[in-house]
Amino acid sequence: MSAVKIFVPRDAAACSVGADETAQAIAAEAARRGIAIELVRNGSRGMLWLEPLVEVVSEAGRIAYGPVAADAVPELFDAGFTRGGAHGLAQGATDDILFLQRQQRLTFARVGITDPRSLEDYLAHDGYRGLIAALGMEPAAIVANVTASGLRGRGGAAFPAGIKWQTVLGAEAVQKYIVCNADEGDSGTFSDRMLMEGDPFVLVEGMTIAGIATGATRGYIYLRWEYPDARIALEAAIVAARAGGYLGEDIRGSGKTFDLEVRMGAGAYICGEETALLESLEGKRGQVRFKPPLPALHGLFGKPTVINNVITLASVPLILDRGADYYAHFGMGRSRGTLPIQLTGNIKHGGLVECAFGVTLRELLYDYGAGSLSGRPIRAVQVGGPLGAYLPESQFDLPLDYEAFANAKAMVGHGGIVVFDDTVDMAAQARYAMEFCAEESCGKCTPCRIGSTRGVEVIDRLLAGANGAEQEALLRDLCETMTYGSLCALGGLTPYPVLSALNHFPEDFVHAVHC
Amino acid sequence: MSSIGFQRATLTAAERAAVDAACVRLQRLPGALLPILHAVQEALGHVPKDAVPLIARALNLSLAEVHGVLSFYHYFRKQPCGAHVVHLCRAEACQAVGAVALEAHAKHSLGVDFHGTTTDGMITLEPVYCLGNCALGPSVMIDDKLEGRVSPQRFDRLIATTRGRPMRPA
Repeated sequence: MSAVKIFVPRDAAACSVGADETAQAIAAEAARRGIAIELVRNGSRGMLWLEPLVEVVSEAGRIAYGPVAADAVPELFDAGFTRGGAHGLAQGATDDILFLQRQQRLTFARVGITDPRSLEDYLAHDGYRGLIAALGMEPAAIVANVTASGLRGRGGAAFPAGIKWQTVLGAEAVQKYIVCNADEGDSGTFSDRMLMEGDPFVLVEGMTIAGIATGATRGYIYLRWEYPDARIALEAAIVAARAGGYLGEDIRGSGKTFDLEVRMGAGAYICGEETALLESLEGKRGQVRFKPPLPALHGLFGKPTVINNVITLASVPLILDRGADYYAHFGMGRSRGTLPIQLTGNIKHGGLVECAFGVTLRELLYDYGAGSLSGRPIRAVQVGGPLGAYLPESQFDLPLDYEAFANAKAMVGHGGIVVFDDTVDMAAQARYAMEFCAEESCGKCTPCRIGSTRGVEVIDRLLAGANGAEQEALLRDLCETMTYGSLCALGGLTPYPVLSALNHFPEDFVHAVHC
Repeated sequence: MSSIGFQRATLTAAERAAVDAACVRLQRLPGALLPILHAVQEALGHVPKDAVPLIARALNLSLAEVHGVLSFYHYFRKQPCGAHVVHLCRAEACQAVGAVALEAHAKHSLGVDFHGTTTDGMITLEPVYCLGNCALGPSVMIDDKLEGRVSPQRFDRLIATTRGRPMRPA
């Protein structure tokens, strides 16, 4: 009898709740019982409330069990789980789990399916088809495909990727660069990490295509230090891609050259801003640059540079493989394709939901997320990271669409949704937003550097109860200065969480007055 | 080259060798300063003040430039740390599931504030803004290992286990 294939994720989130111990227990128990198994450490399927999620390959496909703690492993063997046996932790066929079944996994198609350490497995699951297609095309045609797909920057700013690429393609220079922004600092987001750990080759492939499309021969992945497992995964993928002829000189006999390396950040939220990131890569303080000049013309070391987020670059191989129309067919309005959404915070079924733009918050929170973890009513959600607005229940029917959110004075950002139940103190959240801005400001412009500190003070005075109306007017005025006077999104968008909390939850700000 | 203001005496020979090795190995990289600072911190647990002139000289930068970078980034530590470093997430997604209470518990049970080290020299507590484990918070990272769903009780168990582990390899 051939070995039973068993998947236990190596994803850092899965390991944070015991996947390593579960994997060891399965290996030990199988050995003890003389059952031949092949243990694969895959990425996470994104159903994080079920982690550690163990999958067994049976005749009926992959069968899921979760959450499987190490001490539950012996009884799973007793129940015959290596043959897909029934057990209280059995979740049925993985693909039939409603949370997954409803999604449209394009960029995350392989995450959790394949072995992220195996180039062979990547190739067996349509890997490098996009690059092979690109190698047969003129650079301008590759860029035209990306433009036609409607792909916009998934880091948060939603700038059309094709326009950036076109600018770099058109620039004359002896050296151009591809920089991947993997400084995923927004609270409530982990899609970059999950992708880099679960399918690192797709990012390497996307960056290689970007290099060939624009004439850049060197790439950097700027990765936050908080993601050590992603670093290991990426560096292993880079070595394997080089050995396979997919990276380095003369890629797959094409005569084209592209190579890349991983650089580590050092705990500065502002380095997720593209020009601060470039400064940091150059070995400097992560201070924001004035624009223009645009990074596309005057980027890393002063050279033309494509700088895109992880998910943006990782979406490119599919676009080249399946065609721009295939990708653009998903989505709504000017938001084309899919968005990997992260359901986080106080949510029962937290995890990754990749689906076409247009899904509403309510569907995400209740159909996918199954309500709050605490069982209490959901009072507010923050969408788009620490600079995103807090939205009340009355706005849960907003569709996830860049323009719809912008019209509601909110932003989709990097697709992170943080859920709070009715125990949240929104005044404390508003204060925290200002405090965070003060902590992370790069210091270059005054509205952000000074305004955030003054903002904390004004909120404290407002909550202390003296001259409430006057302090509120001052806070609103300060927010206006920050919005219109800041150099980048940190100072410019901090008023979003502050004012949305104040506007939608004013009762939390007057409470102190009556005490 | 002028060496005005250079105070090198406090680096041990081994520390100095580690700084020099990092400089020699990495100084030719474009934008070498962050990789060198990472390498020094990995080797020594922090970046000693007296490493700054050595790094500045290797990269032909001013002391102010190196100091400016070192002090800009939260991750770089200018003081020695304990045998293990615990990073506790303060970001919103963890706040939504009890991170504020966990922070209070951690400070109380360890007897330190953020950036402090326990009296036995085993644990340094640091704040961090998001560990990318936002669906399984509250989260901490102990050395390089991410931990999720960290209740105060689980925190205590993790700390007890960590105290029993050898110091992370330098």
